Amino acid sequence: MQAIDWEFVVGHINYWLFIVLMMTGFYIVVAKGNLVKKIVGLNIFQTAVFMLYISIGKVTGGTAPIFPLDMNVDPAVVYSNPLPHVLILTAIVVGIATTSLGLALIVRIREEYGTIEEDEILKIEKEMALQDVRQHSEVIGERG
Amino acid sequence: MATETVLHTALTLVDQLPALQILVSFIAAPLIVVLGSRRLAWPIAFAASALSLVIAAILLSQVLDGSIISYRMGGWAPPLGIEYRVDAANAFVLFLVAAISTVVLPYARTSFSKEISTRHHTAFYAAYLLCFSGLLGVTITGDAFNVFVFLEVSSLSTYVLIAQGAERDKRALTAAYDYLIMGTVGATFFVIGIGFLYMATGTLNLADIADRIAEQGSNRTIRAAFAFIVVGIGLKVAMYPLHRWLPNAYTYAPSAVTAFLAATATKVAVYVMLRFIFSVFQPNFLFEFNTLEFIILPFALIAMFACSFVAIFQSDFKMMLAFSSVAQIGYILLGISFLTETGVTAAVAHLFNHGITKATLFMAVGAYVFTANGSYYDTIQGLGRRMPLTSAAVVVGGLSLIGVPGTAGFISKWVLVQGALEKGWWPVAILIVASSLLAVIYVWRVIEVLYMRPTPENCEVREAPMSMVVPMWIAALACIYFGLNTDLTLSAAQTAAQGLMSGSAGMR
Amino acid sequence: MRHHLILRVITKLLIGSIMLFALYVQFHGDYSPGGGFQAGVIMAVAFIIYGVVFSLDEAQRVLPPWVVHKMAALGVLIYAATGVYSLFVGYGFLDYTALSPDYPEKGQHYGILLVELGVGVTVTGVMVTIYYAFTSRTPIMDDEAW
Repeated sequence: MQAIDWEFVVGHINYWLFIVLMMTGFYIVVAKGNLVKKIVGLNIFQTAVFMLYISIGKVTGGTAPIFPLDMNVDPAVVYSNPLPHVLILTAIVVGIATTSLGLALIVRIREEYGTIEEDEILKIEKEMALQDVRQHSEVIGERG
Repeated sequence: MATETVLHTALTLVDQLPALQILVSFIAAPLIVVLGSRRLAWPIAFAASALSLVIAAILLSQVLDGSIISYRMGGWAPPLGIEYRVDAANAFVLFLVAAISTVVLPYARTSFSKEISTRHHTAFYAAYLLCFSGLLGVTITGDAFNVFVFLEVSSLSTYVLIAQGAERDKRALTAAYDYLIMGTVGATFFVIGIGFLYMATGTLNLADIADRIAEQGSNRTIRAAFAFIVVGIGLKVAMYPLHRWLPNAYTYAPSAVTAFLAATATKVAVYVMLRFIFSVFQPNFLFEFNTLEFIILPFALIAMFACSFVAIFQSDFKMMLAFSSVAQIGYILLGISFLTETGVTAAVAHLFNHGITKATLFMAVGAYVFTANGSYYDTIQGLGRRMPLTSAAVVVGGLSLIGVPGTAGFISKWVLVQGALEKGWWPVAILIVASSLLAVIYVWRVIEVLYMRPTPENCEVREAPMSMVVPMWIAALACIYFGLNTDLTLSAAQTAAQGLMSGSAGMR
Repeated sequence: MRHHLILRVITKLLIGSIMLFALYVQFHGDYSPGGGFQAGVIMAVAFIIYGVVFSLDEAQRVLPPWVVHKMAALGVLIYAATGVYSLFVGYGFLDYTALSPDYPEKGQHYGILLVELGVGVTVTGVMVTIYYAFTSRTPIMDDEAW
């Protein structure tokens, strides 16, 4: 059996954190029945991706990629890669839009269904579907 | 002029077309909100859509010979800058999206007047235009991250559009919510995949990524990126096991929205999938070959049968069409999984043909909802004689859905069967024909309901207004026209397939 | 309705500096950390905190919902107009050189300021819209039910 390569494990710490966070978020989205909790899980899921992007922008020994005030860039200074940050800024905005839209939908769902628990909503929808079948299938001759 | 001094050659209007393709509708959307006028909203939306169609037609005519138009956003040269790149494959999809939107909008005006309260109309058209320009943006851009951004622009506005159906049926809200959760998970998977690609190649320009992948060959990062991108886009495509959001979303959305989305949204996602599978990743990689043959192919076949089967047992016309959409996406994915030029040609042609077919059918459903206030089979029974034009359009669309010779649906299925035979996959060819028989059953059920059943007594239903019938028939006649005159679709699809199949060379 | 006196006084003091800070972040965003997104959110915070402490109606008296909606759209139009201007002058979309063809550096400067202004206006509008949209719903449960 091969020994664990600790240098590899610790050296990829950002990926481990990303995986743990991503799976936590994804688990919440899949397993939780509360609609708001699902949105929270989705947020954690997305945040994990933001962290993945930002961590890969880090250059060893690099500093913050900001222009010095006198605009004279010293070629000896190593800068971190700013591109992933910029991409994630966009992705964060997308995330905010998704979250607020999701919450707005939940508000409307709560107003219409009176609940934000998935199983209760499913029960109501099943009832509605049964009613549809009862109402519309007699002439066709099929039973639900 | 001052521009002369810095040796800048001014770009002409034709050079600007790729940017204008998106800009027209993107500017029109906030303009509608700023003006805030209920009367101006529709004319602005229609003008923007029609202008986009003209631009798309010009672009398509420029690239049909296999050439490529590249546009630099902000004047930054690719691969550093964002590049808009038009070739035969995406010009074809751009044209489809713009054409469908231009046909659907006049229809939408009448349809929305009954389905959505007037108070929401301005915001609604703004959301519609955002969705439209998002779809165009996904198609035209040559930058991986830009694809994600536009995908989310179109998706977010799609959720809003679907939720508007809540005024008729509150299930539109949960449908939109489910789509939001699944769509966001899909988009996030997609963005993880792009992150891995960026890690492996250090660039975001699709053509540049393709070059560098070709250089370094397959490695674990690229394989992970491929997996994430296929699953992420698969959710947006409604690839078989990831299709659960689609039936409810299409059923409970307002009719015109369904007609627009069914014909465009999934098709644009299919285009992104094609672009990534064939141009960005190398089709000769073993992992890609295995994915297509052992995952996408079986699921495409299951989709064709399972969803056609479910469609047969629906008692709601709209729900039936939604399930049929998933089945039809199976045909497109089947074409992709052949990994041959004929297969991809079939996929691209079916993408277009199925788009116009579904637009016809969903517009017809909307007409029944408008006049008879529902699309259940017992609500629309016997309306064949009461609404002769709408019902005739259903017949034309239905025949095209089955793939009867003389309609658009036949052409793409024919090429698909050819592709299967070319590879020597006899069983697959037989399965394609067999699943078309299932389509015969579910289409026949509708036709039987419309024409053979007696009209209920004291039925006051009259033909839908002309503003709905005319767009429907434009789409229906397109189904027939592209079934008889196959040169345009097939040659365009073939050029597109050649461009896509030649990998990174196709993007130079 | 005169309770939370300290909160009210502090809020009134804070709002001015929050807005000032927003403007600082906005207009220094071109060569230091900051920019339209951040500035827009900070600006929106000023209105939101006003709404939280002094009730929604008071906030909507200062900034009516229809103004906020127009702001959200107007910002996008400012952004797009910058690009369309460069497009009309014969440069690529959003090619800031068009704003000052003789001194491209200055053009970049003007361009990013204009674009960030558009972003800032939109983000302020959208953030306040979201706040209005959620707080203006009549709650099903009253505050004690929690």
